[in-house]
Amino acid sequence: MRIIRDIASHPTGRVGAAIILLYLVLALCGALGLTPHDPLQQFRIDRLQPPSATYWMGTDLFGRDTASRLMIGIGHSFIIAFASVGLATLFGTLIGLLAGWWGGLADGLFMRAMDVLLAFPAILLALLIIAVTGPGTFTSIAAIAIVYTPIFARVVRGPTLSLKRRDFVDAARTFGSSQRYVLSRHLLLNLVAPLTVQVTLALAWALLTEAGLSFLGLGTQPPAPSLGLMMSEARNLMQQAPWLLVFPGLTIMLGILGFNLFGDALRDILDPRTQRRTA
Amino acid sequence: MNPLLSVRDLTVAFGKDASQPVVKGVSFDLKPGETLAIVGESGSGKSVTALSINRLVDFGGGRIVGGSMGLTRPDGAVLELSQAEEKTLVGIRGREIGMIFQEPMTSLNPVHTVGAQIEEAFRLHRGLEGQAARQAAREALDRVRIADAGQRLRYYPHQLSGGMRQRVMIAMALAGNPRLLIADEPTTALDVTVQAQIMALLAELKAEMGMAMIFITHDIGLVAGIADDVLVMQNGVAVEQGRLDAVLDAPQHDYTRHLLNAVPHFDGGRAARDDGTRTEGRAKPMVAVRDLMVRFPVGRGLFSRNPGAVHAVEGVDFDLVQGETLAIVGESGSGKSTTARAILGLVEATRGTIDAASGHGDRPIQMVFQDPFASLNPRLDVENLLAEPAIAAGRRVDAALRERMTFLLEKVGLPTDCLARYPHQFSGGQRQRLCIARALMLNPDVVVLDEAVSALDVSVQARVLDLLIDLQREFGLAYLFISHDMAVVERIAHRVAVMYAGQIVEIGDAGAVLSRPQHSYTRRLIAAVPGMDRRRQRYDVDTTPVPSLVRPRGYEPPRADWVDAGPGHRVRVE
Repeated sequence: MRIIRDIASHPTGRVGAAIILLYLVLALCGALGLTPHDPLQQFRIDRLQPPSATYWMGTDLFGRDTASRLMIGIGHSFIIAFASVGLATLFGTLIGLLAGWWGGLADGLFMRAMDVLLAFPAILLALLIIAVTGPGTFTSIAAIAIVYTPIFARVVRGPTLSLKRRDFVDAARTFGSSQRYVLSRHLLLNLVAPLTVQVTLALAWALLTEAGLSFLGLGTQPPAPSLGLMMSEARNLMQQAPWLLVFPGLTIMLGILGFNLFGDALRDILDPRTQRRTA
Repeated sequence: MNPLLSVRDLTVAFGKDASQPVVKGVSFDLKPGETLAIVGESGSGKSVTALSINRLVDFGGGRIVGGSMGLTRPDGAVLELSQAEEKTLVGIRGREIGMIFQEPMTSLNPVHTVGAQIEEAFRLHRGLEGQAARQAAREALDRVRIADAGQRLRYYPHQLSGGMRQRVMIAMALAGNPRLLIADEPTTALDVTVQAQIMALLAELKAEMGMAMIFITHDIGLVAGIADDVLVMQNGVAVEQGRLDAVLDAPQHDYTRHLLNAVPHFDGGRAARDDGTRTEGRAKPMVAVRDLMVRFPVGRGLFSRNPGAVHAVEGVDFDLVQGETLAIVGESGSGKSTTARAILGLVEATRGTIDAASGHGDRPIQMVFQDPFASLNPRLDVENLLAEPAIAAGRRVDAALRERMTFLLEKVGLPTDCLARYPHQFSGGQRQRLCIARALMLNPDVVVLDEAVSALDVSVQARVLDLLIDLQREFGLAYLFISHDMAVVERIAHRVAVMYAGQIVEIGDAGAVLSRPQHSYTRRLIAAVPGMDRRRQRYDVDTTPVPSLVRPRGYEPPRADWVDAGPGHRVRVE
């Protein structure tokens, strides 16, 4: 695959890809139970231990191993981020595509509804939704998906408006091609590049939003480990056990950095203006 | 006399790699007051050569890696342009070397009035301020023959036509009284009658101001009317250069001969096709258009009480019979493309009928668009591109369909093993062949060709035209050939319909219409066609404006009266 080669040779893209890959491996190990310790087990005698050979990233107030909990937390955050961004991509693309394709009244209604959603700050909107439905993993996914749907709708609508006026769409009309064919082959296929970039960047934001929600106690519920929740619990112990705040914080930051670097690299690679011609 | 500009072994490269220069050792001398035409196809390095002279090439990432360019200053000193500092060059550009570009819309700033932009040129080059600058700007517009110059100064670029904008550009370029004017394809984006006006204007201004000119063009036919010297470029090399008559009458290099042959020569109807003369009334029309009318509403909004409409096509009638090419010629805005699009159902006819005979295919009428880069989805490979019409007709991609693909690819002169390739791997001409093959997939009877060869280089254009004629003979196709280029039309058309302001003003056999034009517009159109045999012939500056097609609501055009000017040759009474 050329795209993999391109990313591997992109100076920052390969750093981003390495970070994401590392996180995926860690999350997978966590899911398979390959953690240094049981993330839920409370080692009563080893409460608030600083990082050591036994506990790589120390232990928390209940004597639970931070490193193990982080691995599980990454998995959790990734599942929520991927699921919510997946849903947002699906609905946002559909709304943007149809709004752009139909135009007129449908366009106005769809996009104004999206504007209303966009007018709220992301975390506030998610808070609102969760306040109504109650906290939990699935509501987190739904809330984050709703928050990011308008962004995808916008990203898709613009190119759709210009693509539908291109000659190849007119040509398709002269052949009598079905609307489904035109939408899938002529529009969606040409939207893959901008969407891919947007998905990677949205994953970074979703990661942050999920951490924020968990921090506020509205995302993942204890005792399940989650990055935001761990930071929230560590907040009061900042003086005695700074590692409890530093490691989850670094994990979140590094993850977001990874997705952003990866997304920027994809933008460079997929942008036709920077694309090399294979004439 | 000393040359104004003396270029020796000019070599220009792009990027870090100096081993593959784009311009390879071009040399020429330009005397004051003379015109050098640089002719070549896209990618030949002609524009890069010109941009190197005023060093604008530096801003595009180019570097002059070899050679010298000596410009004689008014005081007799010679300035070496290739070594000059940017500081010095700023004073040279505009004041001593003026430049006009191909696309006047993008070279003008859309948020300033043209008056302000011309005044700025006078401020920069002559240090004029306030009233004096305004006065100078008005005189400059007068000089480029823009009527009501005082009024026009307050216009924004988008309120002017393409020809007007190019005149404004010329007025700006002349503000500094340059001794050398570089014109980079100044008429390529313009209609043929407007092109003739601009050419006439350039010739007059050159004589008035005693200015030397470098005229860059891909159209060797345009050179005949303006140049003293000609330089022919191919792949960055000057393959032939000399005096105008010598190059045109006795070309030495194969490529020059090839260009001269490839350029569609307009021959006043004498070169019209004589195969397949039509028997009036007997052949069944494949497409019969009656009283076609297409109107687009304008100013439709909440507060506009009386919305009018653009009458893009007004009362158009014609028949297209099997195996015949009907060419619709006209300038931009004449309604020729709208007519084509109405026939394909891409725009809705406001009134009138379009009857298509049921042919032997699923969709008897197919279309080929102007821009082969825009009419092929860049993300589909050739197989999927060619399959589209068949899939739309409800067929599956099977062995038989693939066989038809390879058959057609061979017919249009493309390698048959290119089914897995993508559009960007083909050149413009090859893409257009691909579009033709795609249009033939469903075995149509009529192909509408909307400016199908206009975007191609001349030599490619000639080959695609030949291909179209071959395919027409082999498959008995009828073509509706939309074009603005009289020379191309003469090559391919059996019949010609001339459109002006949404209406057909003259229709008849190509030979008759092109050799004995009856309508005044047809005559004007033909008079504007540049040609090799029109050497040093003066074009008249004709500034008849095109009438506005925006009509108030309820407007109906007066009934057209027609007179016969020969068998099948009808002319609208003016």
